[in-house]
Amino acid sequence: MAGLTPSQTVGPWFAYGLVPNKEYDWSDLATGNLITPDVDGERIRIVGRVVDGDGKPMPDAMIEIWQADSQGRYAHPRDSRARTNSSFKGFGRVGTNADGDYRFDTIKPGAVPGPNGAQQAPHILVAFYSRGLLTHMYTRIYFEGEKANDSDAILALVPADRRSTLIAKRDGSASEPVYRFDIRIQGGDETVFFEV
Amino acid sequence: MALVYPLESLKAHPPRPYPPYKSTVKRSPSKPLIIMPHTLSELTGPVYGHETVQPGDDDLTIHGKTGEPLGERIVVHGNVMDEDGRAVPDALVEVWQANASGRYIHVGEKHPAPLDPNFTGAGRCITDKNGHYKFITVKPGAYPWGNHHNAWRPAHIHLSIFGHSFLSRLVTQMYFPGDPLMEFDPISQGVTDLAARARMISSFDLDATVPEWALGYRFDIVLRGRNATPMES
Ligand SMILES: [Fe+3]
Repeated sequence: MAGLTPSQTVGPWFAYGLVPNKEYDWSDLATGNLITPDVDGERIRIVGRVVDGDGKPMPDAMIEIWQADSQGRYAHPRDSRARTNSSFKGFGRVGTNADGDYRFDTIKPGAVPGPNGAQQAPHILVAFYSRGLLTHMYTRIYFEGEKANDSDAILALVPADRRSTLIAKRDGSASEPVYRFDIRIQGGDETVFFEV
Repeated sequence: MALVYPLESLKAHPPRPYPPYKSTVKRSPSKPLIIMPHTLSELTGPVYGHETVQPGDDDLTIHGKTGEPLGERIVVHGNVMDEDGRAVPDALVEVWQANASGRYIHVGEKHPAPLDPNFTGAGRCITDKNGHYKFITVKPGAYPWGNHHNAWRPAHIHLSIFGHSFLSRLVTQMYFPGDPLMEFDPISQGVTDLAARARMISSFDLDATVPEWALGYRFDIVLRGRNATPMES
């Protein structure tokens, strides 16, 4: 078996290469807007703040999301279920801003197959990178108010008192569906990260 | 528990935190990570094909405003493969790096070394059917950072690679052979397994060296994952 190439930190200066966002002379491979003109599903916005172990916002983090379409299908050859002709890719990538905030505009994913033939509750995968993180981390965004959260096999692995860190809260004041998902790297209400 | 990719492999990666690299202390989780089975969500991932890159995206020396960048022109190439040693074709490889003087174009960077109007330092390419990739660039300079007194990063190129799945994502750095700064660098030394650390060092490649033009370096990349039969769910 070939040995893995080890991970290294993304460092502080990744923006112009990975998330140039029109501030740099390089094209974006992916942005925070996953919406395509022909995509089906409920449009949602996900917002959040990233803070370190001192509670300080992290202005130099990068977040990637990976999700299924509104019918729970991934745009990947391993998901052999028939897809519509939607151009929805399901991948987004942003850097946090000076206040440590980030934002994605996407659609709410459908339920996807899980362990033992059961469906998983709608969720979005997150890969998290920053200066000071030698190996990136994984977490998941679930959605407040989803009945299926109660029977989700992955949430069930998380101690009950920490599950809420994985559930994006619906912002009641917004007319459009906005969900808040803060990421706290460390501390009492530390976000759950997964070893996968 | 269905672990399609063995967790064993993750031991190659540096720990969180690694206190000699100071920023890791407040930016690493304090609670244990939750081990979970690999589901379709983890075993799929974004697919970026050849339409993703433009001609010339793999040559960091041709985007200058007035000419070619300063510095030592190099060819960096290698194969992307999985843990079974099988080629990973159509993998997206993105790179970013400092210029020959050790300066990034990022607006936040304060290192008093000159910017080069002919070098932005970003590139990308897609591996061919044999998993091979190649960039033309210049050798990046070393640069200081504030981690500790007299802290300097060894010359390195940052790489981001998409493999078979979201679990295969890799962000790493490629170093150069014989760099005396490496042993004083808490970022590369964060990889505590010596064999794994050595895999981050490219090798000088005379065959890839182009006479009268550029030095060649080879850097092979091994991603998480096995080229196993797709899991049916
Ligand atoms: Fe760097």
